[in-house]
Amino acid sequence: MRGQEARDQAERKAAMATLAQSSGDDIVRLWNEAGLPSQAELLRGPETGLVTLRGRIGGGGAPFNVGEATVTRATVRLPSGQVGHCYALGRDKQKAKLAAIADALWQDPARRAEVEIRLIAPLRSALATAHEKRRAETAATKVDFFTMVRGED
Amino acid sequence: MYVAVKGGEAAIANAHGLLADRRRGDRSVPALRLDQIVEQLALGVDRVMSEGSLYDRELAALAIVQARGDMIEAIFLVRAYRTTLPRFGYSEPIDTGTMLVERRVSATYKDLPGGQLLGPTFDYTHRLLDPELAAGADVAEPLQRETEAQAMPRVSAILAREGLIEPDGEMPGDHVPGDITREPLEFPMARDIRLQALSRGDEGFLLALGYSTQRGYARNHPFVGEIRIGEVELELDVPELPFAAPLGTVRVTECQMVNQFKGSAKAPPQFTRGYGLVFGQSERKAMAMALCDRALRASELGEDIVAAAQDEEFVISHSDNVQATGFVEHLKLPHYVDFQAELDLVRRMRAEYEARENPAKAEEKREAAE
Repeated sequence: MRGQEARDQAERKAAMATLAQSSGDDIVRLWNEAGLPSQAELLRGPETGLVTLRGRIGGGGAPFNVGEATVTRATVRLPSGQVGHCYALGRDKQKAKLAAIADALWQDPARRAEVEIRLIAPLRSALATAHEKRRAETAATKVDFFTMVRGED
Repeated sequence: MYVAVKGGEAAIANAHGLLADRRRGDRSVPALRLDQIVEQLALGVDRVMSEGSLYDRELAALAIVQARGDMIEAIFLVRAYRTTLPRFGYSEPIDTGTMLVERRVSATYKDLPGGQLLGPTFDYTHRLLDPELAAGADVAEPLQRETEAQAMPRVSAILAREGLIEPDGEMPGDHVPGDITREPLEFPMARDIRLQALSRGDEGFLLALGYSTQRGYARNHPFVGEIRIGEVELELDVPELPFAAPLGTVRVTECQMVNQFKGSAKAPPQFTRGYGLVFGQSERKAMAMALCDRALRASELGEDIVAAAQDEEFVISHSDNVQATGFVEHLKLPHYVDFQAELDLVRRMRAEYEARENPAKAEEKREAAE
């Protein structure tokens, strides 16, 4: 049971990460295509605030504060009772609200598969494609060193 | 005598109207859109985010256009905006080792794991102005190369194996990271607080100080161990979730400067380090930050403090360009009363001076005045 719970948490976190990284436009488009319900009671927000970003000295040492970033959050409750949250970089309130609803729907066992297949999977696939393109473009700028062969004569 | 005066409301309102007009410029030229600035002046946007100390591309772009391209004014606008927002908390420390790397070079190791990735760099360009760009020529898609994803450990991890380099900077176990946006600066300060100030510090100021260390004012023999630019994931611990909330990704530039160190009473000969971490793609700034970080560690490492770049109070107190511009630019605001008082004082001192130097002439002058 504990193992199942940990897996659920990891999956929920992965879905939230996908939503946070995706653009509001993509989420709205897929939401409408999938016909997901958007009725929910707003318990908090959507509201924009600051998160102070931390780094580590030398990359892996003690934490220090680098600067702030805008973050928008929302918390919603579905008519069926599930409470969903969203925290995402930027100031897109519509995105935060929909992502919070998606998180709540995800927690409803009857809805989870639909959210994963119709919303999260396409978003994840678009992010992976963009990620892979970026990596391949960077890889084309990798330096291949070769040794100059000195002439024998 | 001081007489209270009021005035200038109409002049100020009209000046602001004129500013709005000149900002817009020739109406037959299309107005800039924010997405154009974000996409095509991306490094300017990054500088405003870094020194404005706020990661938000659209806001930085808005600040740049509102400031007519005056970067320090744009940074000022962003800093002012920050104060209007509530604070949700401090992120988990980012892990630059898991970065989606867009550029990564090392000047110390040719064949490091993951390799040298030049990325979108100005290095090795010929610095010739490009007339085709002025004509709006189309730009080809960049080439792609299929490779296996390779781990890219930070170069400091490689150097550490030999034991000849100091570890990543640690602080005592119970140390809470300081925050200069919450507490006033106090000297001497811990390295974490210094790094926060340097990360939002003025690029030009830190560049000049870094340069001064290379020219011999607190020379510390730097090598670029590694520069990496790319996106890292950001997470925030919140009470309502059983795991850290994923916030999305931010682009940062990290510089690991490696410095030769001949040893002192406090530390054996080894390589020491300076660290730079800034928002966006800001390589020059990250390097300058790392040079200054290392120079400012002088007392920690038992070095003599002989140059400006090592003087913590000097560097940190003057690195913030919003504070600097505020104090310098306030000089142009009305100082009529201050100046009147100074004028009276100088007149009196001059009269006393003349009375001392040339009593006869002063007497003559006094009589003529009477």
